[in-house]
Parts: sequence; structure tokens; C-alpha cells
Amino acid sequence: MNTPALTAVRAGLARGLAEFRHTLTSKEDLFGHFGMVAVFIVAAMFMRGQNVDGTDIPIANMWLPGLMGLTVIMGGLLTVASVLATEREDGTLLRAKAVPNGMTGYLVGKAVHILLVITTLVVLLIAVALLLLDGFSMGGPADWATVAWVVVLGLLATAPLGAIAGSLIANPRSVMAVLMIPFMAVMGVSGVFYQVSGFPEWLQWVAQAMPLYWIALGMRSAFLPDSMLAIEIAHSWRLDQAALMLSAWAVAGFLVAVPVLRRMARRESGSRVEAGRRKALQRG
Amino acid sequence: MALVEEDTRTAAPAGAGGQDAAVEVSGLRMRYGGTDVLHGVDLHARRGEVVVLLGPNGAGKTTTVEILEGFRARSAGEVRVLGADPATADERWRARLGVVMQSWRDHGRWQVGELLAYLARFYAPYSEPGRPRPRPMGELLETVGLADCAHRRVNTLSGGQRRRLDVAIGIVGRPEVLFLDEPTAGFDPEARRDFHDLVHGLADEDTTILLTTHDLDEAEKLADRILILAGGRVVAQGSAEELAARVPADAEVKWTRGGQRFVHSTPDATAFLRGLLNEAGDEVTGIEVRRASLEDAYMSLVHRHETGRAHEAAAAFTEEVR
Repeated sequence: MNTPALTAVRAGLARGLAEFRHTLTSKEDLFGHFGMVAVFIVAAMFMRGQNVDGTDIPIANMWLPGLMGLTVIMGGLLTVASVLATEREDGTLLRAKAVPNGMTGYLVGKAVHILLVITTLVVLLIAVALLLLDGFSMGGPADWATVAWVVVLGLLATAPLGAIAGSLIANPRSVMAVLMIPFMAVMGVSGVFYQVSGFPEWLQWVAQAMPLYWIALGMRSAFLPDSMLAIEIAHSWRLDQAALMLSAWAVAGFLVAVPVLRRMARRESGSRVEAGRRKALQRG
Repeated sequence: MALVEEDTRTAAPAGAGGQDAAVEVSGLRMRYGGTDVLHGVDLHARRGEVVVLLGPNGAGKTTTVEILEGFRARSAGEVRVLGADPATADERWRARLGVVMQSWRDHGRWQVGELLAYLARFYAPYSEPGRPRPRPMGELLETVGLADCAHRRVNTLSGGQRRRLDVAIGIVGRPEVLFLDEPTAGFDPEARRDFHDLVHGLADEDTTILLTTHDLDEAEKLADRILILAGGRVVAQGSAEELAARVPADAEVKWTRGGQRFVHSTPDATAFLRGLLNEAGDEVTGIEVRRASLEDAYMSLVHRHETGRAHEAAAAFTEEVR
């Protein structure tokens, strides 16, 4: 790696840290990232005392790993897509293009930023669960390692999808509208808050094709006792399969995302940003 | 019409270039869908020269600059910026360029100093003897007049301050060629004057500057050479005086006689004044002569272009008849 590239990677790390600091001091960002988590935590509190059918595990304890999985895919898919669409429109991306090796810095910065935000959310969820949920245990170092690789691999599997969406959707204000329905569908199918094993078999196959199912499964493996395997497909945590499926999504995603991102970045120019500005201002 | 034809021919950098050329463009064409936006633009800038692209909206100024910046692929023509083709040039080339874009709200949450320091980092590996990169932060903030704003968040800056920041970002890497796309939009007169001083200072540092504007006054103040672009062509080029001299526009003579103000248009102001003074002598006071200005030249050229060549031929014909 030559010096300019290395410099750009270092600058990207600094960018990620700076943006993380901006997130922590922005009401809008805090609400956006942490608001939904707070809602789920409150909902989980209401479910206290009720156990998952046929087990002695409170429903809230099963929800929490699912929520962590959801946090990962929200970061990878929704946040990446909306940030990319927004920063194309406001000229941030063009700025990166105008600086030598600026795109490297930008992409490293984004990766660091998302990773920091998601890690913070997951750690926060774990802390809340330890404080508030009966019988919730942190597990051992092996479980922590599982959480770590599930977060990283989960982001690698979903961020390319977010990047593709953010590159193709021109208007940042449409990103959520376009993605929300497929996102909700995937969420419903993937068994984040209830077990997939109760679904008809064809739907179970659909669920297992989705990255979210495997991310949530990985999280459950870390935080739920093995007695819960009774209600999982194949009665196993299938971590090897989870790693395989998420890697496959990551590879496929990157193969598509790289040319799509290249094409999008190539087309960024001052007049495009200016056109975006006019459109945004017209909307008021 | 003859004027226009002649200009496009002489503008071609025939054998121009060599070590001294920072920007060389010949026969640049740009086509979107079925319409030509640029019809063979020729442009040439020497090192340290300030070249202003002047033209009405839609003339192709921004498109031309974006092609030179490497942000847009051209349809045809030869383009060399610092000896390289912008379409294929590498990051080392990029480091020698400064770009001031028409931005609006990127990096709004960043502090001014924080953003400049971040962007400055990328230039450090490209430092050269005699051209240390990046420019030191304090000097940079001082130069653009943002010394008091280092800790301000970008989205709290006024429009003029924001534009100064854009300029600061453009010159943080001590560029050899600087592109400025309508840099003074939204500036008050004082900020405009500061900016003009800044441009002169940069030109003294041997920076080649290519600036677009539709402000004639600005073009006149800054440019070593002005290129008038209309309908995707360079219709004339030269210094402000040269351009004004090319237009056979009448001079305007104003004077006061017997408490009354008179105005007269004449192709030969000197002869007219001689006659006037011989005739009226002492009675005449407050003489003002306004020679054909860059504005007249610009209006005439752009108008001639916009009304089309058929119209030009007609104008030439009536002139002959007269």
C-alpha cells in the first residue's frame, strides 16, 4: 500500500470518529438511531412475565437478540442507503471526488462510522437487558466473539445492499418510502420476534434465504440458553451455516455494489448537485 | 460574422503548449442525447494566467469546467490539464488541482477548522519542493478571512462565509490549476473585493486560474484573458480592452450647455468634441465620454450569436448597402 492510500485510510478513520462524535451530539441522529431501540425496549418491558410457549424463557429475552439483529440490518441497509442518497444530493460525495484519494477516505469513514454506531447500539441493548431482564445472561467469551462476528459479517452482508439502493434512488426523501415495505416484509418473515419454526415450510425457506434470519439467529445463540433450541429449525444454532450465508450475501452484494457505486460516483458533478439542490428547494 | 469566424480560428492552440501550458483544449464537443451543448470549444491557459469564461446561462461554461475537472466525460476533442487527460488522470494529478464547486450544505455538522484539517490530510503525500502541501491551516483561514470561524459549525455560516470556505477547500492543496465556478455568487461588494484580492494573490503564486462568471465587472477586474462563450462556442477572446475595441459600438458623449444636459452617440468622439468645442467653446461644461465597454462588446457578441447566423448575414448586408 503506497503512502497516499495509507494516508487516505487514516484520514478515513479520523472521518469516521468525527462523524460518530457528530452523531452523539445531534438530536436528530440520536433520535433516528436510538429512538426505535427505545420503543422496542419499552414494548419488551410490557411483555415481562410472559414466557415463550413451551419454555421457561421470558418473551422479552428472546426479543432482545432479535432486536440486536434488527439494529444491524437497519444500520447496513437503511442508514447506508439514506446517508448515501443524502450525501450525493448535498455534495459531500463530490467533495470526496475533488480531493486526491478522497473516495477511499469517504468510504473508510462511512464504514467506521456505521460500525461505531451499531456497536454502540448493541452494547447499549446488552446493558439494558442485563439491568432489566430477569435471567438474561451475558454468556462467555465465545458468545461475545459470536456477537462481534455477527455484527461485522451482518454489516458486510447488508451494507452493499444499502449502497446499491442509495446509488439508485436519486431523491434522499424517497429512500425510506421505497425501502420500508421490503424491509418490513423481510422483518416479518425472518423471525426476529417469534420463531420461524411455526411457519409453513415454504416460508421457512424464504426466511432462511434472508440475511436478517441468520443475523438474528447468531444473536440468539449468544444470549439464549440451549434449551431454546427446541423451537429453532433443525434444533441447532447452525453458526457455520450462518457464517456461510452471510458471507455469500456479502460477496454477492459487493460484486453488484462495486460497479453500481463506481457508476454513481462517476456521474456525480457540480451540475448534478445543483439540480438536486433546486429540486430540494422547490419542495420547500 | 467575420469577427466570429476569425476568433474561432485564432483560438485554436495551433502548436501552442509546451512547458508553459496549464490547460489546452481543442475541438471540445459535448453531446447530451441528441443535442450538442459544446460545439468545438478551444481554450488555452498559460501557467499563472487568469482566464475568465464569460457567458450567459446555458452557454456551456459549467459543462466545460466539469470536463476539465475530470467530473464529466466529453464526447469529442482534445483536453489536456497539466499535461494529462482529465478523463483518465490519476490521483497525483488530482492533487495538483483545486476545485471550487457550487456547493450548498455538505458537511454541515463539521466545524470549519475540523473539515479543512480533514481535507488537508489527503494532500500531504503529494507535497513538492517549492509547493508544500497542504497549506498551513492558520495561513489558509487568514487568507480567506475565516480566522474567527475555525470553531463554527459549517451550517451556522452565512452564505458569504460558506463560499469563503469553499474557496479555502479549493486552495488547501496549493493547487497549480484552480477552477472556480461562479465563486462570488451571493457575495456583498466588500466580500467580492476581498475575493478579487485573493485571486490576484493566488495568480502571483503561479496558480493558473480558470473562473466562470456572468458578472462582467468581475471578468474585467480579474482576467488576463476573457473567453466569451455563447451557445457552446467561444465567440471571442482577448483582454477586456481588446474585446471592447472589436465592437464597432458608438461612444457616448455627455455635456452641459446653458444649464441643459446633452447626450450624443458618435463613432468618433474626438472629432465630435473638436467640433462641439470649436462651435460653443466656453459654454460647454461637464464633458463625459463613455467609450464602448466590455459590456457593449459582450452584449453585441452574445446577441449576435443568439439571433443566429442568418441574422448576422442580414446585418452585414445592410451595412454594405449603407
